[in-house]
Amino acid sequence: MSPRPIRLTIDGEPVSGMDGQTIAGVLLASGRKAWRTDPAGQPRGVFCGIGVCFDCVVTVNALRDVRACRRRAREGDDVRTQSRVDGER
Amino acid sequence: MKHVVVIGAGPAGMAAAAAALRAGAVVTVLDSAEEPGGQYHRRPLGARYRAAKAFDRVLGHPRCTWRADTSVWALERRDGRAPLVHALRGVADGADREAVCLDPDALVLATGAHDRVLPFPGWTLPGVFTAGAAQALAKGERVAVGQHVVVSGTGPFLLPVAASLLQVGARVEAVLEANQPRTILRGWAQDLSELVPHTGKAARLARYAAGQLRHRVPYRMGQAVVEARGDGRVEEVVVARLRADWSIVPGTERTLTADAVCVGHGFSAQLELPVAAGCELAGDTVRVDGDQRTTQPGVFAAGEITGIAGQPSAVDSGTVAGWLAAGGAPAEIAGALRRRDRGRAFGRRLAEAHPIGDGWAGWLRPDTVICRCEAVDHACLTRALADPVTAGARSVKLSTRAGLGPCQGRICGPAVAALTTAAGAEAAGAHHRPIAQPIRLGELANQRTEENR
Ligand SMILES: Cc1cc2nc3c(=O)[nH]c(=O)nc-3n(C[C@H](O)[C@H](O)[C@H](O)COP(=O)(O)OP(=O)(O)OC[C@H]3O[C@@H](n4cnc5c(N)ncnc54)[C@H](O)[C@@H]3O)c2cc1C
Ligand code: FES
Repeated sequence: MSPRPIRLTIDGEPVSGMDGQTIAGVLLASGRKAWRTDPAGQPRGVFCGIGVCFDCVVTVNALRDVRACRRRAREGDDVRTQSRVDGER
Repeated sequence: MKHVVVIGAGPAGMAAAAAALRAGAVVTVLDSAEEPGGQYHRRPLGARYRAAKAFDRVLGHPRCTWRADTSVWALERRDGRAPLVHALRGVADGADREAVCLDPDALVLATGAHDRVLPFPGWTLPGVFTAGAAQALAKGERVAVGQHVVVSGTGPFLLPVAASLLQVGARVEAVLEANQPRTILRGWAQDLSELVPHTGKAARLARYAAGQLRHRVPYRMGQAVVEARGDGRVEEVVVARLRADWSIVPGTERTLTADAVCVGHGFSAQLELPVAAGCELAGDTVRVDGDQRTTQPGVFAAGEITGIAGQPSAVDSGTVAGWLAAGGAPAEIAGALRRRDRGRAFGRRLAEAHPIGDGWAGWLRPDTVICRCEAVDHACLTRALADPVTAGARSVKLSTRAGLGPCQGRICGPAVAALTTAAGAEAAGAHHRPIAQPIRLGELANQRTEENR
């Protein structure tokens, strides 16, 4: 049984993935390695892959701080990158 | 009938649930993941994993309740009896999850471990992953973290990680084991008879090694990635020879082109819940007696939180914990108790064969980030440690913010503790957090309760 394709957007850009993949898996498979800025303004993406480090957080359907490595991607998800540059939060 | 609550559906928790059911208890199994299996059993997309049938039998048992997508965020202590379990059920980091509260007669904690990774220059660059992350993405999602990958660190786990990377089409440029062959041999060879029951594991490792030879992956001991470089992502890594204490042999640095590096220096037990329950620790793990009983009444612990020794050991300690938590007679699980003891011995060998050398601190530069969450660098930490006013472990935390970010020191904790001790200051009693899993304030206030049993 091969998984069903799904479509979501990342900062408004359409990206396709497979049903059952995490948002982190979809983003990595689409060639993205970074989607967040740390407090020093540096890019970050996945590090631990299992929900421990919080390096991979994104905004999903307007909800901030969702760990991309823990959240399954769903058809139509609106994923936004976020920043933790000092002063912005 | 006893109600046994098992937290964590990895190899240890699943074995505990199965044993508790056999002993006649009513069992509830909770896991923050969507599926049982933990870090070891991962279902590849669109496929069934091999253990699924056995898991279905346990979780589908008439006396068993299975709660997937359920994160335990607090354990409420009660005098003389097992703590109340507070959890939230719903999609990961959702805002509208249901509150779950359970009142167990006995609790089995089986929350497992996560990769331990030491800091080094460039380790925050996108393209640096923990070895476990690479494994999870390859096994669970068929995603290769890079096309040209270097695997570096210490311990036998690096080999299956390299094998999984090959399976998803990555080129593994090298597997680097930081320890010297003589350290590894000395660790393993102390008492070979203890290892005989683990020959299956040795054969599996040999198969990995043979598979990698076929793919011409160089395996080098006494070497490590000591720096990752690139503009916004990993483009190359610096590899060096190490002495036995992991200090760099000067002049041996060379660069390799790579778009990803996977690093693992062993594992850290996830101790938030045992600490919340008030369990005493034994170093970096939960203190348990021969019955897998913690120092708290009604609280048992099993698997990697009681010692890092791999999946078979996790299963044996889980069987012991589940059976005894349900009130089963010890005489009936003599086999599991014996295997559990051998597993503990294996874990001790593993730790001795793959120690972390103090010399890693020499890889750091002033601008090397130590705490990833708060982007606290080595210079900042060194300044705080040198200042008599802020040198205490607590003040270092407050003055630098190291360990106060969203991961709550899970990642940088061991490194900060090592650097603090090396500077002559007293390291903090690391694990003290009122809330084991970050939750949204709105959910704390939310009264929607799914069940109360
Ligand atoms: C990322 C990663 C990948 C690994 N891959 C392999 C591998 O491929 N092969 C191998 O031999 N070993 C692997 N290991 C080693 C692995 O830790 C052990 O071999 C084995 O899985 C340990 O079993 P366990 O039951 O103790 O813990 P785990 O398998 O880690 O299970 C713990 C479970 O507890 C759950 N949990 C934790 N905290 C909470 C909470 N607060 N609320 C609810 N649920 C919670 C977790 O979701 C998890 O399912 C890996 C380790 C890591 C960290
Ligand atoms: S990568 Fe660590 S939390 Fe997602």
